[in-house]
Amino acid sequence: MNIKRRQFIKGAGAASASLFVPQLAFSASGPVKMGVLLDTSGPFSAYGTPMEMATRLAVKQINDGGGLQGREVEIVFRDTQSDMNNYSTFANQLVREGLDVFHGGILSASREAIRQILRQRGVPYFYNVLYEGGVCDRNTFATGTTPAQQVDALIPYAINKFGARKLYVLAANYNYGQITSAWVNEYAKANGATDVEVEFFDLSDGEFGPAVIAKIQEADSDLVVSVLVGAAHLSFYGHWAETGMNQNPDVHLVSTTFGVGNEHKVLPANQSDGMLIANNWAPDNPSVPENKKFLDSWIAEYGDTEAIHEIAVSQYHGILLWAEAARQAGGVDKESITKALESGISIIGPAGMVKMDPLTHHCSLDINIMELSGQKLNVVQKLEQREPLDTRRFCNLSENPDSNVQYEITL
Amino acid sequence: MERNLGIFLICARSQTAGLVHSRFFGEMDITAIFILQIFYAIALLALISFGLALIFGMMRVINLAHGEFLTLGAYATILSAKMGVNLWISMLVISPLVVGLWSLIVERLLIRFLYGRLVYTMLATWGLSLAMAGAMTMIFGTTTEGVSAQAGSFSVGTYQASLYSIYVIVITIIVAMVIAFVLFGSNYGRVARAAMENREMVEAFGYPINKVYMWTFVAGGMLSGLAGGILAPTTGISPYSGSAWIADAFITVISGGTGSVMGTLVSAGILGSVSSITSFIFSSASGGVALLIAALVLLRILPTGISSLWQQRNR
Repeated sequence: MNIKRRQFIKGAGAASASLFVPQLAFSASGPVKMGVLLDTSGPFSAYGTPMEMATRLAVKQINDGGGLQGREVEIVFRDTQSDMNNYSTFANQLVREGLDVFHGGILSASREAIRQILRQRGVPYFYNVLYEGGVCDRNTFATGTTPAQQVDALIPYAINKFGARKLYVLAANYNYGQITSAWVNEYAKANGATDVEVEFFDLSDGEFGPAVIAKIQEADSDLVVSVLVGAAHLSFYGHWAETGMNQNPDVHLVSTTFGVGNEHKVLPANQSDGMLIANNWAPDNPSVPENKKFLDSWIAEYGDTEAIHEIAVSQYHGILLWAEAARQAGGVDKESITKALESGISIIGPAGMVKMDPLTHHCSLDINIMELSGQKLNVVQKLEQREPLDTRRFCNLSENPDSNVQYEITL
Repeated sequence: MERNLGIFLICARSQTAGLVHSRFFGEMDITAIFILQIFYAIALLALISFGLALIFGMMRVINLAHGEFLTLGAYATILSAKMGVNLWISMLVISPLVVGLWSLIVERLLIRFLYGRLVYTMLATWGLSLAMAGAMTMIFGTTTEGVSAQAGSFSVGTYQASLYSIYVIVITIIVAMVIAFVLFGSNYGRVARAAMENREMVEAFGYPINKVYMWTFVAGGMLSGLAGGILAPTTGISPYSGSAWIADAFITVISGGTGSVMGTLVSAGILGSVSSITSFIFSSASGGVALLIAALVLLRILPTGISSLWQQRNR
């Protein structure tokens, strides 16, 4: 290639000028700093990687639209590598950089590792993942589903559909699995179930031997609820199909977590066919035009939509909600953001309306009960705007603004 | 903590009273499933430990990348099965060959410079383990991959079980017999065992000791590859799957005693039984705890492992 000196100078000048243009568009008060901690490597990366992609997409859209009050939003990201110890270490590093907001954390263990750090430093915390509910903290905002929205939709539907009476819950052995299985027990009993057996599995335990199925059969269960989490637990579904239990007309399988990490796309179709789940986001939802817009912008950014899953959408919702609050408040400082979020603010996202509940800092959400078939999630029932009734049972942030606990029920 | 204890007590109460009686004495079918579970747990422990036991026992090399060797074997099976190769050929032929070849490269480029320096081998293989996990992430991505065994199922009375669990047990028995035959019945095995006892003497007899070590490392790698291949249909595989296995493999090998594949087999038997009995009566989570406690007790009684029982007598 032969470039003349004059041409080179011209080109370089244009390139450097174009580098400055976007910065000039934003005001001089510096970028808005958004801290993000997610597991984008390790056993929980199937959850975290698409969430990180959703974060970048949402922030890009905000910046393309002129930022917030003319300020660019800057992501300060660290990969927590599926190691819970990294969360507190990295969160302490991040808050020292002067964060305006924080969006991140996946497992409930990770949330509890960073929640107090962010609270102390006064950094508003958005936890955008479905979880066991109950966090009552004015500094924390949850945009994922909780058991009152998800479990209380899924379990009654399955009990009615299959006439189930005896439930067997397989749960991950940490706070999410333990508290969620207690909610399953409560909602199942309230809907006419007579027996609810619960068995816990450590997160790294991937060996589901013959005894697991035998115990389910010995308990004479007719509905199996999977509250399993992470890569190692995936083997349960293979084992379920291998033993022919997926063909057994007397036992049915539902899950609170399946599909959240795109498990249905990873496993062969025969391992998930017929399973019921209940999520906020339905991948092919024609009734929400925003979903189409979201999918198109995702394709423009990443090529295809394969990676998107429930909690990537929750993360996107969380950032949209925060940006909307910042717009209404006219600033990103903690007090004005919190006030705006407590004004009954809402957005329409890829999964429909997401409305912040001022009393609990959780969201009212649409829920789609879906049946798996051929690696696809087909909506069988849509429930509109379910409120976070579980957390509201205990939590009232307008009466007790200093509250800082996670309420839970036990088995 | 309080909650955990509460759950534990509830489980203990609801499941031990009466049920245990019917479980062990009353019904034949559940007893059969229970025995199958014990053998399955033993087989899994033995399979994931063989490669580690061979390399550690024969060569005094602690292979901290053992988990990644297993993972590589599992990926070999999954990928070749996805490319249309018969699953059994993938598991029993391709996986051992792939990991065997990889072991050959690792031995020539890394391990052979470190013989006799235990701590250095740990450091080097730990680095290798991180590098392999990173490389597998770059090649295969972080999504969990799986392959279905499609082996079918069978029932004992009203209880359904997977045929694949039987295959796992049978394959493990065959592998154990092949190892025993090679180590005790073949010339290679005799030389390898002699090299473990007295390296200089074997060299003095004119055996190329480095070749012996090389092939032992490759054999250990092939065993790990085979184990990874057989595990592939039973679990989801990600580049980090190795970390879930390596702890169990190490506990089994150390409890079994260094330098004895037989000891590994016995300790797999004891630890597998303890963990499956506990998880059958209580819960799967407590089965893992029971395994650790059993290993602790074993090592308190026999600090150099189970094999010291018969090895001391020989000396």
